[in-house]
Amino acid sequence: MSQEMSGAQIVLKALVEQGVDTVFGYPGGATLPIYDELFQQNSIRHILVRHEQGAVHAAEGYARSTGKPGVVLVTSGPGATNTITGLVNALMDSTPIVCLTGQVHTHLIGNDAFQEADVVGITRPCTKHNYLVKQTNDLARVIHEAFYVAVNGRPGPVVVDIPKDVQIATGRYEGPSKTGHRSYKPRVKGDAQAIRDAVAMMQEAKKPILYTGGGVINSGPAASRLLRELVELTGFPITSTLMGLGAYPASGKNWLGMLGMHGTYEANMAMHDCDVMVCIGARFDDRITGLVEAFAPDARIIHVDIDPSSINKNIAVDLPIVGDVGHVLEEMVRIWRAKSGTDMEAQIAGWWKQIKGWRGRDCLSYTPLKDEIMPQLAIQRVMELSRGKDTYFTTEVGQHQMWAAQFLEFEEPNHWMTSGGLGTMGYGLPAAVGVQIAHPDALVIDIAGEASIQMTMQEVATAVQYRLPVKVFILNNRFMGMVRQWQELFHGSRYSQSYSETLPDFVKMAEAFGATGIRASKPEELDAAIQRMIDTDGPVIFDCVVHKVGNVYPMIPAGEPHNSMMLGTDAENLEPVGR
Amino acid sequence: MIKEQILEKHTMAVLVDNEAGVLARVVGLFSGRGYNIESLTVSETEHQAHLSRITIVTNGTPMVITQIKAQLERMVPVHQVWDLTVEGPYIERELALVKVKGRGEMRVEALRLADAFKARVVDATIESFVFELTGKSRKIEQFIALMKPVGLVEVTRTGVVAIGRGSEGL
Repeated sequence: MSQEMSGAQIVLKALVEQGVDTVFGYPGGATLPIYDELFQQNSIRHILVRHEQGAVHAAEGYARSTGKPGVVLVTSGPGATNTITGLVNALMDSTPIVCLTGQVHTHLIGNDAFQEADVVGITRPCTKHNYLVKQTNDLARVIHEAFYVAVNGRPGPVVVDIPKDVQIATGRYEGPSKTGHRSYKPRVKGDAQAIRDAVAMMQEAKKPILYTGGGVINSGPAASRLLRELVELTGFPITSTLMGLGAYPASGKNWLGMLGMHGTYEANMAMHDCDVMVCIGARFDDRITGLVEAFAPDARIIHVDIDPSSINKNIAVDLPIVGDVGHVLEEMVRIWRAKSGTDMEAQIAGWWKQIKGWRGRDCLSYTPLKDEIMPQLAIQRVMELSRGKDTYFTTEVGQHQMWAAQFLEFEEPNHWMTSGGLGTMGYGLPAAVGVQIAHPDALVIDIAGEASIQMTMQEVATAVQYRLPVKVFILNNRFMGMVRQWQELFHGSRYSQSYSETLPDFVKMAEAFGATGIRASKPEELDAAIQRMIDTDGPVIFDCVVHKVGNVYPMIPAGEPHNSMMLGTDAENLEPVGR
Repeated sequence: MIKEQILEKHTMAVLVDNEAGVLARVVGLFSGRGYNIESLTVSETEHQAHLSRITIVTNGTPMVITQIKAQLERMVPVHQVWDLTVEGPYIERELALVKVKGRGEMRVEALRLADAFKARVVDATIESFVFELTGKSRKIEQFIALMKPVGLVEVTRTGVVAIGRGSEGL
């Protein structure tokens, strides 16, 4: 069944058929036909951002908090080039995005036309896949395929570049293919024998650890439930990457906290000393492994990942299992139940004793100040006062992000959006916009820094326009804190260009945008101010003036092994502490 | 600490959709991730199905070679990747066109060497030849080296194509 319609109509019809309810975008010359169609329908809501980078981050926030792909619509040339940071961010964090870009007329392509850019060329390494559609008859098929590619296998961003004449010309509409893709068929089920071998290896372990990542979240809520079941069954300690927080609840008794460069002492020591490591949906990033040669020297490693190219990329593993985390966990749980007989609790009791010793270091402790707000305290108070609400957190990038990861307590998946792989300052506010669109009644808080927020702060206007009550909680230390911390530790405290000489008055700025501005700079006024932020029915910019020179600890300096951590209590002498 | 790494040379066959930009994707993968390309050839091999076959000769540590294969396999327009070096015995061939200029004894010597290498003369003037030579890359290298003293002017090579031995197809 096919019918003739304009390319722009085909775009809208294909989006509706894909279940899209929201598009984040910004109009321009090369997308006018699509915007004209958008104007004449009610199925899809368009959210007008203030910069195309914000459109992609908003779509990422939408996608990460719902599990559905996020959709972006931007014009040719600068509209498309402005999405690059967002696209790479989505690529690094495996977030499903379909980004439609307008393009100049097909006969102008290659002529250096007004607002022309080689978008498929530029975005090729920034996307999982991309398309230039030259025939209106191909448009429906390509858009459906773009959704298929974005969500199947390891998720990622897909760009569809649509010349203006292709939007105007008429062509045939076709529905999504029911037979999948002719070449892209990612493996979903893990190898049965490999899973049995993995369970056997796990049952032999005396010092096991589960190291989980964003793949568990991406696999869907069922995977998180199965992970919890596996932890319950095995009694294994569990740690997670930044991207995987929330898959296992922070209140769970087996939780060690986050691992890696700013992970907890107990998580990193357990990673270093374990004898069996089960990596589930994580990719041995350099911020996780530290010095590769000294990574978990005594461990046999099991690695579950949907992307075969993640296996043996950074760390050689003993037992790879290529497949979707959810499927593999389901099999692991089933086989473990069938094979249980070993007294696992007794077998790993010594290990837990050791871990409890490490926990005793209380590595996240800090010294509160009387007259100044410590950033850690601020995050703890936000956590306490938002407890019991349906709260979603986003972050920008830097110290505040690490403190948020350390001190916020995530109980559920899909409630934590942060830029992990790319480390994009300016991610949090637009991401919060996307989250709030998807969850209108939820409390959405962007934990921000005063430097990061200035990268995309125009999106406050978007929040105000759509009455999105996002809360931007700025930890304002007047420094690019993480840059300053590295300069202090590794560059002789020469604070080159990391001090914010001039800052906007964030309270007045909020008011200028039509939002509410709140400031707190003394510990005793913090709680009331945070409460006011939470109770405000509308967007809030909270300027939390904190201690200037706090550092994030623990810290594994880049290129050091896991057991060579700097702890806060050792901050004065700056010597790495080991065992 | 930098470990002593042994580099291996591998020949891979990659079956891809013959669509615009597919070669750029493959080449971009190699340059973007810092892999080496010693040789790369591409041509449509199945016209009806619009499939092209790319033959890539690359080198790297065993871990990098595995990584290259996995990275190629996960590209959307890639149907299949075979590491011929791993999969069994295979034939590798390259074609070269070699232009040599000379008179008298040099010209005779060039022709004699070409004969020894089973190179064909595909163009000739009073003072030049163009030889066509097919074989393994090493044979072509040897031939080119020998042509240098007898008046080598220009060389063009196709790069390597490869296919598995025996009756089975990939």
